[in-house]
Amino acid sequence: MNENGTTSILFAGVGGQGIVLSSSLLATVCLAAGHDVKQSEVHGMAQRGGSVTSHVRFGSRVYSPTIPQGQADFLVGFELLECARWLDHLAPGGVVLASTQRLDPLPVASGAATYPDGLAEHIRARAPGAHLLDALHLARQAGSVRAVNMAMLGALARHLPFPAATWRESIAARVPPKTLDTNWNAFLAGRDA
Amino acid sequence: MPTILSGNAAIARGAYEAGVEFAAAYPGTPSTEILEEIAARYKEIYTEWSVNEKVAFEVAFGAALGGRRALAAMKHVGVNVAADALMTAAYTGVNAGMVLVSADDPGMHSSQNEQDNRFLALLAKVPLLEPTDSQEAKDYAIAAFAISEQFDTPVMLRVTTRICHGRSVVTLGERQVPPPRPYVKSAQKYVMIPAYARRRHALLEAERRPALQAYAESFAGNRLQMGDPAMGIVASGVSYQYAREAFPQASFLKLGMSHPLPVALVRQFAASVERLYVVEELEPFLEDQMRALGLAVVGKQVLPRTGELAPEIVQRALAGHGRSVAVGGLRVAEAPAAPAPLVPAPATGSAEQTAAAAPAAAPAELPARPPVLCPGCPHRGLFYVLKKLRATVVGDIGCYTLGVLPPLDAMDTCICMGASIGVAQGLVRATDAKTGKRLVAVLGDSTFIHAGIPSLVNAVYNRARLTVIIADNRTTAMTGQQDHPGTGRTLNGATAPALDFEALARAVGVTSVVTVDPLDLDATERAVRTAADVEGPAVIIARRPCVFVDRQQYKGPVAVDPEACTRCRLCLRLGCPAISLGDQAVVVDSTLCAGCELCADICPQGAFIRPHAREQA
Repeated sequence: MNENGTTSILFAGVGGQGIVLSSSLLATVCLAAGHDVKQSEVHGMAQRGGSVTSHVRFGSRVYSPTIPQGQADFLVGFELLECARWLDHLAPGGVVLASTQRLDPLPVASGAATYPDGLAEHIRARAPGAHLLDALHLARQAGSVRAVNMAMLGALARHLPFPAATWRESIAARVPPKTLDTNWNAFLAGRDA
Repeated sequence: MPTILSGNAAIARGAYEAGVEFAAAYPGTPSTEILEEIAARYKEIYTEWSVNEKVAFEVAFGAALGGRRALAAMKHVGVNVAADALMTAAYTGVNAGMVLVSADDPGMHSSQNEQDNRFLALLAKVPLLEPTDSQEAKDYAIAAFAISEQFDTPVMLRVTTRICHGRSVVTLGERQVPPPRPYVKSAQKYVMIPAYARRRHALLEAERRPALQAYAESFAGNRLQMGDPAMGIVASGVSYQYAREAFPQASFLKLGMSHPLPVALVRQFAASVERLYVVEELEPFLEDQMRALGLAVVGKQVLPRTGELAPEIVQRALAGHGRSVAVGGLRVAEAPAAPAPLVPAPATGSAEQTAAAAPAAAPAELPARPPVLCPGCPHRGLFYVLKKLRATVVGDIGCYTLGVLPPLDAMDTCICMGASIGVAQGLVRATDAKTGKRLVAVLGDSTFIHAGIPSLVNAVYNRARLTVIIADNRTTAMTGQQDHPGTGRTLNGATAPALDFEALARAVGVTSVVTVDPLDLDATERAVRTAADVEGPAVIIARRPCVFVDRQQYKGPVAVDPEACTRCRLCLRLGCPAISLGDQAVVVDSTLCAGCELCADICPQGAFIRPHAREQA
């Protein structure tokens, strides 16, 4: 929380990983808990397999929809490289939650660049206490690799003061009914990981 | 009951509550969802995808003349296309309320420039509203219709990416449809022959401008928020939020209606603070007008004129200027002390800031993650062929613009919607004799309909020797798969006559019209080579649906036979996100592979196993 009383969560990952849905769900939960909330994302060309971020901020009164550099209380990284890319947005003492998944960007896949070694150590050095989890594995166990975003949301939920029932209601309102169990199980697995 | 809406959804809601009955747009980031929201949620409102922004503006204008409140929405560069109509509609007036939504894109998240359309409102002499969040996006949309009717003028509602695609809390209201305003014939008002236009322009200046000026002074969205008088900040749009975040204790003049400038209010504010600042993204729109009033302001000499602002940018710029009078709300600005052995790529943030955070030891660049053509994208085959033929490719606006990036690297220019054919015509005339090479213009199906058709007519008329390739993926893909006249479906899902590109090309006089499947590399190459020998323009329609339009068109992911693969890297030249170079052989990510089989088509070793072959095995 900053001096304005605003808590800021930055989601970072790759287009198609469900970042926009996760952040939108979080915003709904914040509103249900009585907070002012703002969320910011970018569509269009930026989504074509490129880096994707979404900003969520809540508190009694939120001004900027984007998180100032160095003010993210939480950095939720859906992919290691993307997590590392946004470390400079983390507040002193901020919490990093990172999926250990690796997705090669095209310059790496085509051999023009290399995927950096030691990203996990780098993240831990910058953010002591960073929580790295195998969200892909958790999602697969819960029933779908597409539920990675729910596992990451669960990991974040452990640090936020919102009751499980509110999370479940918000998730139920946004996912197809037949996938609710899978999504909720992935959420719980992430929360307990 | 408060809810969370994006700025675009809030504008749609505002239009609904304001009793709008007609809405038109051409898709364009960041504006697209406004019409999608209206079409999906508010069935009372007639909606359409128009073929371009000029037409969208004109049909909305016509609906307003006919007495129904009407909205036209477009991205900032779309207003350039509509500007011809806008400039004169400001003279005629509109009868019922008409609002033009201009969705600007500072920072160019998905645009070719970052022009500041507030100047187009100034140029057109129309009122300009700038909401700072979703609630205001809805409220100002409603206010804009009232202003439009009260002053008989189009109104520009100007938003930016962070408003359009930002979500915040909104309280909903009820829909209220004003009674229709009968259309009354008045040639002197609506027929802008010079004699009548002169009168209308004079009337605008003599009556409407001062009336709007007076209105702006008392508009509820223009308000003083007095805090520490040592620092007075004038701001509008999302810049206001950044400035409030950075300097919560400062005094503010928040301008919801920024044209006409409320001059008396600005003077009053200036007189009540010690130092006057203007915080605005892009151009010094407010600043220059305030300077013209003789006010001493701090603005663009400390704030950037390019890209988006952010709270930390505002704080650094203003705190570093003069006395540090206000307590900033940010705890940023200091470089993090923790070790940071890896330096993020410049594209991800300010290189200056991250460099300051990095220690001297072992900095390594984080590889960038640029946007790419999707797995299974039919454009990939076309650009692979054009690259192979070393063609000069005059490009256009759409997903296929990504053909410029390595490894495809197959585009020479990209300027604006529909520019490819005209630019190619000029370029071939200027260079053809020297190089002996033929140029190709590449544009998408939706882009061709938007602004390419007149250029094709021009090329035929003037006997230009060029090849026009319509990359027809049966949708407006980049903005999220919207329909257009070529798809035979409207925004509302109704069937419509499908535009026949082949017949159209022949009708305007193109004698060589060929249709190919861009994933058939041999046929595509043959078509491009053959077209090069045609006198006058040749048209190639490279047709295959976007992978998101038809997900069933492929048989499933390919696999790799690691024994057969020699790691020759030829397949990597396709730039497919599903293919990467492994230690022993290339690897296909089966969760990403769509199954277009282009890799199997080009592999000299036959190392890719096609899905049907796998099934037979």
